[in-house]
Amino acid sequence: MLNKIYLDYAAATPIDPEVIKAMTPYFREGFGNSASLHSFGQEAKEVLEESRSIIATALAARPKEIIFTSSATESNNLAIKGLLLANREKSGHIITSLIEHDCVLNSIKWLEQMGIRHFAASKIPVDKYGLINPGDIEKAIRKDTVLVSIIHANNEIGTIQPIREIGKICHKKGVYFHTDAAQSFGKIPINVNSMNIDLLTASSHKMYGPKGVACLFVRKGIKIEPLFHGGGHEAGLRSSTTNTPAIVGFAKAVEICHREMEKESKRQTKLRDKLIKGVLTEIDGSYLNGHPQKRLPNNANFRFEFVEGESIVMRLDAFGIAASTASACSSPKLEPSHVLLAIGLKPQEAHGSLRLSLGKWTKEKDIDYVLKVLPQIIKKLRDISPFKH
Amino acid sequence: MYTKKVMQHFRKPHNYGKIRKPDGIGKVGNIVCGDVMWLYIKVGKDKKGEEILEDVKFETFGCVAAIATSSVVTNLARGKTLNEATDINKNEVVKHLGGLPPIKIHCSILAADALAEAIYNYLSKNKRPISTKLQKRHKRLEQERMIIEEKYKDWTKEP
Ligand code: FES
Repeated sequence: MLNKIYLDYAAATPIDPEVIKAMTPYFREGFGNSASLHSFGQEAKEVLEESRSIIATALAARPKEIIFTSSATESNNLAIKGLLLANREKSGHIITSLIEHDCVLNSIKWLEQMGIRHFAASKIPVDKYGLINPGDIEKAIRKDTVLVSIIHANNEIGTIQPIREIGKICHKKGVYFHTDAAQSFGKIPINVNSMNIDLLTASSHKMYGPKGVACLFVRKGIKIEPLFHGGGHEAGLRSSTTNTPAIVGFAKAVEICHREMEKESKRQTKLRDKLIKGVLTEIDGSYLNGHPQKRLPNNANFRFEFVEGESIVMRLDAFGIAASTASACSSPKLEPSHVLLAIGLKPQEAHGSLRLSLGKWTKEKDIDYVLKVLPQIIKKLRDISPFKH
Repeated sequence: MYTKKVMQHFRKPHNYGKIRKPDGIGKVGNIVCGDVMWLYIKVGKDKKGEEILEDVKFETFGCVAAIATSSVVTNLARGKTLNEATDINKNEVVKHLGGLPPIKIHCSILAADALAEAIYNYLSKNKRPISTKLQKRHKRLEQERMIIEEKYKDWTKEP
C-alpha cells in the first residue's frame, strides 16, 4: 500500500485524539444551550467559560476579551468591519499589507464598495523575504488612521512579521493594532500585552482542533460593531447558539499546543531546515520563498524554474505526498498568488511554487522520502517543458 | 476534479520531447495563466501519396490539463492528413479525456492551437497555399505568442 505523507498542515490539521476525547461528552450529555437556565444549560455555560479562560491565558489576555467565532475568516471580518463601523462617524483609514489573507483584503474591498464614510485603505509593501518594515507603517499612519491590520505569520511563505515593533508604533500614534495569527497561534509564543496587540485572530483547525471554531481577542475598552445580530451571545458581539463541543476542543488544542510548543517547534524547525537544505542542493533552479530564518517552524515554500505548480502537486500526490501550490493554474481566477507577486516574483516564477507545511506527525523519514521523490518529479516535468537550460 | 483519463495522460504523457529537424513548429502560449506549449511535426506521405503527419511531439510548461491535452492532441494528429489535423478542435480533445473542469477548457484550446500553428509553419515555409481560416487563426495566435515570448525571454536561449 502507498505510504501517505501529509505535508499540508497549513491548510488543515487532523484533530488530536486527546481533543476528540475532550469534545465527545458535549455532543450527548453536555449538549445544553449555554443560554438556558436549567442544569444542562449551566453545565454548557460553565465549560464555555472554562474554555474561554484557557485560551485567554495562552494569549496573556483576560477571558472577557475572547469572542468565539466560526472561523479565522469570520474573526478577521469582525475585527476589520466591526472596528471600522464602530468608528464610522469619526474617521476610517486602515493600514494593511500586500500579503494579507484574502479575507482581510476582501473585507477592505467590501468596505470600499459600501461607500462607508471616511473609509480609506493603504497597503504596505514587503521586501523580497516578505518582511514589512515597521518604519513604513509609521510613515503611512495619518491623522484619521483607526486600525493597522498585519498578518503575524504569512500562510503561504511563513514569514513572521516584527509584530511587537509594529504594535509599539501603533500605540505611540494612538492607533488600534490587529493581527491575524491564524497560522502562528500555537506554534510560536504570543503575548498580546508585550507584543502591543489590540485585536487578534486565532483559529482551531490549524492547531489540531476541530474546524468551525475560532476566536477574536478584543482588548477591553475597544468598541466594535457585531456582524451578526440576534440573541446577544458573546457579550452581544456574536449572536449564535454556542458551539460548545467545538469550543471545548479548541481550548484543549490550545492547551496541548502550548504544552508541546517548545519541543515541537525545535523538532519541526530541524526537519524544515533539512528539507530546505536538501531541496536547494538536490534540485538546480530551485529557490526558497520567504525568509530563511524568520519563518514558521513548519513552513517551507519553494519555487522551481521551468515547471508549473499544479503539475508538481499532482505528481507528488501520485507518490502519496500531499502538498500545495499557489500557481495561477491552480487558482480559481487563473491568477498568480498576490503574496508571491508582492515579494517581487515575476508571474512565471510564481508559476512553479510549492508549499510543504509540516506538523507534529511529520517524521524524519517523511522528509527523506520527499527528498528522494521530488528531484525526480521536477526532472520529469522539465523533460516535458519547453524551457530548460 | 480530473478524470481517470486525464490523470493517465498526465502521468504518462505520450509523444513528449523534441523532433530533430522538424518540418514545422507551433509555439503558443496562454496569456491568462501563462502556460506555454511547443509542438513539432514531421510530414510524410501515405500510400496514396497524400501528405500526412508522420510524427508529432510536444513540450509543455503548464498544468495537469495542459500536459494531458498535449498528449491527446499529438495522439490524434499522428497519421492524419494536414487538413484533417487542422480540423482537430478542443471538443474532440476534451471528449477523448472524458471531460475537463470548465476552468480548464482553455488548456485544450491551447493544444489544438499549437497543432494548427505547426501546420501553418510547415505550409508557409514551403510556400504552399494556406486557407484564410488558418491564416486568420495564425494572426491571432501570433499576437498572443509575442506577449508570451516577451514574458519568458529570460528563459529562452536562442540556439
Ligand atoms: S494551461 Fe494554465 S490552467 Fe491549464
